[in-house]
Amino acid sequence: MVRSMRSWVLNYLVHSELTRGIAQAATVAVFVLLTAWFAAQRGAASIGEIFVAVTRAIVQILVVGLLLVILMKTPWWTAIPVLAGMIVAAATIAAKRAPEVPRTFQITLICICAGAGTTILVMTALGIIDKQMRMLLPVGSMIIANTMNIAALYLNRFVGEIRSHIGELESAIALGAAGDTAALPYSRAAFRASLIPAIDNLRSLGIVWIPGIMAGMVLSGSSPLYAALYQFVVLGMIFISGSITSITASQLLPRNIFNAREQLLIRDAVEE
Amino acid sequence: MLACCSVSRTIQRNGHPALKLLENISFFVEQGATLAVLGASGAGKSTLLRLLNRLDEPSGGQIMLAGKNTAEIDARQLRRKVGMVMQRAYLFPGCVADNIRFGPAQFGQTMTDAEIAGLLEQVGLAGYEQREAHTLSGGEAQRVALARALANRPQVLLLDEPTSALDEEAKQGVEQLLLSVVQQDRLTCVWVTHDRAQARRVGQRALLLSEGRVIADGSLDEVLGA
Repeated sequence: MVRSMRSWVLNYLVHSELTRGIAQAATVAVFVLLTAWFAAQRGAASIGEIFVAVTRAIVQILVVGLLLVILMKTPWWTAIPVLAGMIVAAATIAAKRAPEVPRTFQITLICICAGAGTTILVMTALGIIDKQMRMLLPVGSMIIANTMNIAALYLNRFVGEIRSHIGELESAIALGAAGDTAALPYSRAAFRASLIPAIDNLRSLGIVWIPGIMAGMVLSGSSPLYAALYQFVVLGMIFISGSITSITASQLLPRNIFNAREQLLIRDAVEE
Repeated sequence: MLACCSVSRTIQRNGHPALKLLENISFFVEQGATLAVLGASGAGKSTLLRLLNRLDEPSGGQIMLAGKNTAEIDARQLRRKVGMVMQRAYLFPGCVADNIRFGPAQFGQTMTDAEIAGLLEQVGLAGYEQREAHTLSGGEAQRVALARALANRPQVLLLDEPTSALDEEAKQGVEQLLLSVVQQDRLTCVWVTHDRAQARRVGQRALLLSEGRVIADGSLDEVLGA
């Protein structure tokens, strides 16, 4: 009764599954743009930027949906180039968080490869991720997306910390400190901040939110208990890959903002 | 002791023409002498000190320390020899003793409690070892910044408007302290100031900069007028 009431408006207008999906997406997009308009009124965001993001998200996810239809019929190993492509895309997106840092793309690529690549590889070898397209692709993409967020959070926070503590940092350098030693407190702050979402996800699992994989597995007929355990497995993998990504970033990034003479490379070109 | 020979610094900025911050700067400071560097805001005073401590690299020219081109000295070793006190103290989190230990620790050296106490006494902060850095007043923090620079036993001390962020009372105390430390330790000193009266009190010679160039270089009377 409740369910039929909820979907009454859309069901009244559309009948096929695809047209219903389009109608649902369009409705949500309108609400997203409305919210963006309110945010833009308060100077919190640019409506143009959000419009582009929403359009891009719809097009991307439709393309992915079509690709999945094809990919699900291919052998498991075709997931490898697809996941590799996702890693490169994730590294490109995360790198945009700190364009002023030299070689950011190489750093985010190494970090995401180390975090997501290693986790997917080891977990597949251990049989925790089934060597099947329908498991490898969604679970792998979830892990990659989360490592991308963590790499972006780390970059964003680290550069922000450096900018707001440039006096302390250069005082340490002026006393003879090596660049990575001087940047250590800010690297630690960025490391802690980048892992907050992953830790909070683990902490709130089942209490604040019931994640997608578990809901999907239950809907497709798996035992709710197994679905719950597997959801923990997925979040655990996300945490592991995220931690490896953040640790790798904290090893590579501080060194990268200094040259061989320990001079800060991302200092604003403003003197006196 | 410290010499600049035709030193310049130009920075490249994306989408903007190159910006000349310093052009053809030359001067010499004798061992144990203090050079007062004057100029309006944006004249290039701080940029000059950053080159002397090698926080930045000159685009041209040479900086000589005790007859040796500083480009040939390891940058970290050079910074140890050429100490710097900035306009603000920028103390590190932790206690005063942690701040003072920092410099020598970068070269694998541990300071004894007696050495730290001696430095604190020299800057008029005896007994402050365990005070948290964030609880200090502006004047006290600047004294700790000086002690932190002295802990490296520098040959040259660069002072970048060290009293400009302090109130009148603290300003006088810190200026007198700096003068006595520079004289006592026979330090070669480059003291950046925008205050002509302060330049007369602290320097033996003066260098006047404007838009990145030397306008006058000589005795205090020659540069500042009799």
